[in-house]
Amino acid sequence: MAHTRTTQPVLTAHAAGLRGCRTCGRANAASATTCRRCGAGLSHVPGLQLVWAWLIAGMVVYVPANVYPMLRTQTMGRTQDNTILGGVFDLVQSGYWLVAFIVFFASIAIPVAKFVVIAYLALAVQWRWPMRGHARHRLYEVVEFIGRWSMIDVFVVAILSALVQFNLAATVAPGIAAVSFALSVAFTMLAAQAFDPRLIWRAAESPMQ
Amino acid sequence: MTTKTLQTAPLAAAAARSHTPGDSTAGLVVCPTCDALYKLTPVPVGTRGRCTRCGTTLSFPRERAMSRIVMLAATSLVLLSAAVFFPFLELSAGGMTRRASVFDAALAFSTGLTLPLALATLAFIILLPALRLTLIIYALAPMSMGWYAAPRAITAFRWAEAMRPWAMAEIFVIGVAVALVKVAGLASVHLGIAFWAMVLLVLINVLNDNFMCRLTLWRTLEQRSRF
Repeated sequence: MAHTRTTQPVLTAHAAGLRGCRTCGRANAASATTCRRCGAGLSHVPGLQLVWAWLIAGMVVYVPANVYPMLRTQTMGRTQDNTILGGVFDLVQSGYWLVAFIVFFASIAIPVAKFVVIAYLALAVQWRWPMRGHARHRLYEVVEFIGRWSMIDVFVVAILSALVQFNLAATVAPGIAAVSFALSVAFTMLAAQAFDPRLIWRAAESPMQ
Repeated sequence: MTTKTLQTAPLAAAAARSHTPGDSTAGLVVCPTCDALYKLTPVPVGTRGRCTRCGTTLSFPRERAMSRIVMLAATSLVLLSAAVFFPFLELSAGGMTRRASVFDAALAFSTGLTLPLALATLAFIILLPALRLTLIIYALAPMSMGWYAAPRAITAFRWAEAMRPWAMAEIFVIGVAVALVKVAGLASVHLGIAFWAMVLLVLINVLNDNFMCRLTLWRTLEQRSRF
């Protein structure tokens, strides 16, 4: 690619005194508050406050999600509480390496990576860190795409609890961590949605002197 | 697939600024990811017009795209209702059999403190996907048959777009696969009709997303609306 080192100068709607709609791509007058084509709201000054708010909320509820049990298994009168990490260890011990890897990836690696990436993007925009090529844009796309897939663990708990109900022999019930994990996923999704990718480019156009 | 980039249009932008804010901006496209401004030029059918800076597809006209989207959405809706009403999984261990539907999975959280999660799960795997597909069909079906857009089609489509990240039927299917491996050791599992309906649903959703160029759809919606 010819422009991997620096981003090429491009006329933006912002520079032309227009306001672009993120939903449908229409150019609107600078004074417009809703899009003429699709009626979506046009943010006046895309800020980072909302991003930080959702991100911190997501990080806070991720703590109880890891401390409290996700799954409560009862077999022959014995009760066992499983946290997220405990579930991964169980799978490894039973030899299900691939599934253990998927669960570890979906419930620990991806959420933590998302926190880090969103915080990095917000800081990079805020402090106008110099940008080379498209790395930040790619990171944003990956975070946007992958966010919802963390919900997988909550659904696994739901299915197991619905299915494994054999009175005395074995029952599985959801733990309170399922709620905080689901909240954490939802909050980070909202943080990613609140982040306006145009800020990545705008920060690169006017680097701090 | 051939790629054709749209032209940057500094002149058109200048013109748009100097005139009253009205139709002068209608011939412009703004890249939703990086805010680059382009003059809308026709792109040959079947090729993608991309943003030169970030590569986002800005224009991707296709033959009969509208009717394909509507048909795939209708198929998904049928499969989704099959997935809800047929048994999903059957588990037998030690002479006992337990059958669960998609509803049972959502309602597993319905006791005690996890009750809000039961409602959220219900929304994520059944209500939002169903509502989103209905809205897409409502907004696009009349146009796919050559009529004007339905009243409030634009609002309906905007809602459908807003729901897209929250409709998680396909994630649920992968969750089922993980859950199956977890219980495979202690019980024998029988997959119901609903499970296969869900798998098909996922494949169709992937297809549907490839047919959709959102900006092209929006422009067509605007042109064909008379309300």
